[in-house]
Amino acid sequence: MTEPAITVEGLSHAFGAGEAHTPVLFDLSLTVPRGELLVLRGASGSGKTTLLTLMACLREVQSGRVRVLEHELRGASEKVRMLVRRRLGFIFQAHNLHESLTALQNVRMGIELHGPAAMSHWQAAARHVLTLLGLGDRLDHLPAKLSGGQKQRVAVARALVGNPDIVFADEPTAALDAESGRTVVQLLKDLGRARGTTTVMVTHDAKVMAMADRVLTLERGRLAR
Amino acid sequence: MSRLLALLFGRLPLGWLQLTHRKGRFAGAIAGVGFADLLVFFQLGFVGALGTSVERPYQAIQAEIILSAPATRTLASGETLPLLRAQDALTVPGVTAATPLYVGQLPMTLAGQPRVSLQVFGIVPSDAAAFWGPDVAAQADRLALVDHALIDLGTRQVAPVTFIAAAAGEAPTFEAAGRTVTLAGAFSIGAGFESDGHLIVSDRTFGRLFPAMTAGAPQHVLLRTTPGVDPGAVQAALAATLPALDTEVRERDAAAAAERMFQTVERPVGMIFGFGAMMGMLVGMVIVYQVLATDVADHLREYATFKAMGYRHRFFLGVILEQALILAIAGFIPGSLVSILIYRLLAGATGLPLAMATDRLFFVFVGTLVVCVLSGAVATRRLRAADPAELFA
Repeated sequence: MTEPAITVEGLSHAFGAGEAHTPVLFDLSLTVPRGELLVLRGASGSGKTTLLTLMACLREVQSGRVRVLEHELRGASEKVRMLVRRRLGFIFQAHNLHESLTALQNVRMGIELHGPAAMSHWQAAARHVLTLLGLGDRLDHLPAKLSGGQKQRVAVARALVGNPDIVFADEPTAALDAESGRTVVQLLKDLGRARGTTTVMVTHDAKVMAMADRVLTLERGRLAR
Repeated sequence: MSRLLALLFGRLPLGWLQLTHRKGRFAGAIAGVGFADLLVFFQLGFVGALGTSVERPYQAIQAEIILSAPATRTLASGETLPLLRAQDALTVPGVTAATPLYVGQLPMTLAGQPRVSLQVFGIVPSDAAAFWGPDVAAQADRLALVDHALIDLGTRQVAPVTFIAAAAGEAPTFEAAGRTVTLAGAFSIGAGFESDGHLIVSDRTFGRLFPAMTAGAPQHVLLRTTPGVDPGAVQAALAATLPALDTEVRERDAAAAAERMFQTVERPVGMIFGFGAMMGMLVGMVIVYQVLATDVADHLREYATFKAMGYRHRFFLGVILEQALILAIAGFIPGSLVSILIYRLLAGATGLPLAMATDRLFFVFVGTLVVCVLSGAVATRRLRAADPAELFA
């Protein structure tokens, strides 16, 4: 039987030390099977972003277990966490595109780190994903020449071009119109079915939640029942 | 250019693309590095000119060995040694000829021209053929006339017509030490930092222009050695023979090198130029650091995104070092070209031997690369502020 993409057991996390010690997650446990589109929701300060960054190898695990793509993250070296991150895709609320790179070059940055390959291969892969997201005619545009929705779709393309095993997304449809948002979420769902790509997404968009395989709600650092 | 760099690095030339994205800032950075290079070239140019101007009179002298008073640091030193040492030297095997050299400083004011300061060499005219170049030797008969002199063609602030007249035998004159000196010919050494030019007179004329100096006590004694004999061995034999109390024996080139070192390293003027060169490097370092550190600060979120994606720290170091190298090369080219132009302008205006040397170009280029890479290395400390976890905040 295939191991889940993510396994979380008894996870607790806190920020600060001494009098500033602030616990944000309490004894969380969850499993995310491969190919699932999981939505995390919750009020501001509920801990959903902290949970996302812990599962995405962006923070060190303090207490409990987090196992991602068959790697135990608690006590893992930076090198291991970095290697795991290379198998992940990230879509941020702010697109975080590089201002001096064209759409095509920004997407290439998402694939170049996967090791040496012919530049024509990188170029073709980036072009393919951008075209899939309706940006085939914007390949050589700098971010300053793209609309907010187009920038976000470039960011999505950058996250997907390396064929990640898991995509972590923070409000990925916030800057998109309804149609584009639906296209992006459908693409993630299709990837889940076709390639087993898992998606963990933070969103408040009801339409996106309706398309999710599962929705989990966080309340004050705990999973709501 | 982007494609060339992409082929070179095997990745997108992120550093180049970042630098050229903000063209105004890039141009400013190039100008800054170029200006720093200009400062360094300016200072090193003067140090080089100082050294060259110090060595040129030595090179005009055709002697393998120079006898001087002990601890003499310069050709123009006021210390003297007994003329008798010339005859003593001739007893040492390998020495074929000896002649005294008298050195003094004299002001010259030609009619309608500004006052200049000349370094005066008093020589024995009959020895000119053996110890001086063919231009001086050919004019030895005129030099033998009392109160006649040869003027340096490189003398600063002297109208060219004066040299033409002197060479044509039209004999311009000037007053010095109560005597009328006739410029009966010309030779070439060039202006220096301590004098505007040179004058060669006979030992007799020298004695009249500098009555306080005595013919029996020259500043130096010049020696020729037998062709094919090692001057070093002759110098050692002379040092063993002549009394160290009043005579120091040096090979001509060693004496020139020692004075060059003294003038450029130990004297304040050389130290000031050297300090100026270091300041230029420091200015370059600060400029490059500011440019790179600002660039890192401006792209922290993008760098954090790349960190999240799995780019290693050395990738970012590579990008910043790529930028540092681009700035070094792009700044060096205009900096060196403008420096060459300024050298030419200043050499024409001052008569100083200011010229771009290949080794100086290489040294400054390597220095620019090192300074830019060091600045880049310091600027990478700002990368620590790029925390990918903050991107989800």
